Amino acid sequence: MIADIISAALIAIGAILVLLSAIGLLKLPDIYMRMSATTKSATLGVGSILLGTAIVFWDIGIMSRGLIIISFLFLTAPVAAHMIGRAAYINKVPLWENSIVDELNKNVEDNEHVKQ
Amino acid sequence: MKTLLANIVLGFTWMLLNSDLSYQNFLEGFFVGYLILWVAKGTFSSNRYFTKIPKLIGFVFFFLYELILANFKVAYDIITPTNLMRPGVVAIPLDAKTDLEITLLANLITLTPGTLSMDVSPDKKVIYVHSMYIENVEEFRKEIKTGLERKLLEVMR
Repeated sequence: MIADIISAALIAIGAILVLLSAIGLLKLPDIYMRMSATTKSATLGVGSILLGTAIVFWDIGIMSRGLIIISFLFLTAPVAAHMIGRAAYINKVPLWENSIVDELNKNVEDNEHVKQ
Repeated sequence: MKTLLANIVLGFTWMLLNSDLSYQNFLEGFFVGYLILWVAKGTFSSNRYFTKIPKLIGFVFFFLYELILANFKVAYDIITPTNLMRPGVVAIPLDAKTDLEITLLANLITLTPGTLSMDVSPDKKVIYVHSMYIENVEEFRKEIKTGLERKLLEVMR
């Protein structure tokens, strides 16, 4: 009974987080913030959906698989976000006009590995 | 590292002695093995192992707390029409030296919603972080350095 409530809550929270990241993808003004919004809430959202599923079944095989999927998700999602953000910056995708600082800008010119 | 291996061997031994090959039993054995190694601390198990495991667990909880808090902050900005964002790219000098430390730090920064690690300078001295909420550049730099980075390095070193 209690396990049911916890897992239902976890799955609902996960679904809401995924929905929020989808809205964020449409609403936020520039690509860097969009990357921030999508990858992270999606990671946490999918993580909590998997956790909820593991609690429903309460079976060691399914739980360990869920945990392994979560850990791989946490390993790979930030790498993808980092690469997309970096590629966008190198290809001179502009920041939002209200951005307050850009300390990478003056350094990107003399970075050898960025030029290639 | 050697102590971790010894602990795993003790866990397996416990599992075989109980003739019950299951996860729970292995975890039980691992815990008992941890206690045994703790009693024998300093003889053949290193002291670092026992300061590190509690720190690691503490770090995981600290990071989960940060993750959830930051998620709420971004979620609030997404569902309300107001724009509270003050985004920007900040250069943060690195204390992390090895590739593994820098990779982990960059990954953890990217995992926190609202921040995105953009680039590391070629000499590996500076990491560039894009953040959605910068009240004050110096403040933000200090926050990352004393929060995430110092706690990560405490676990790694």
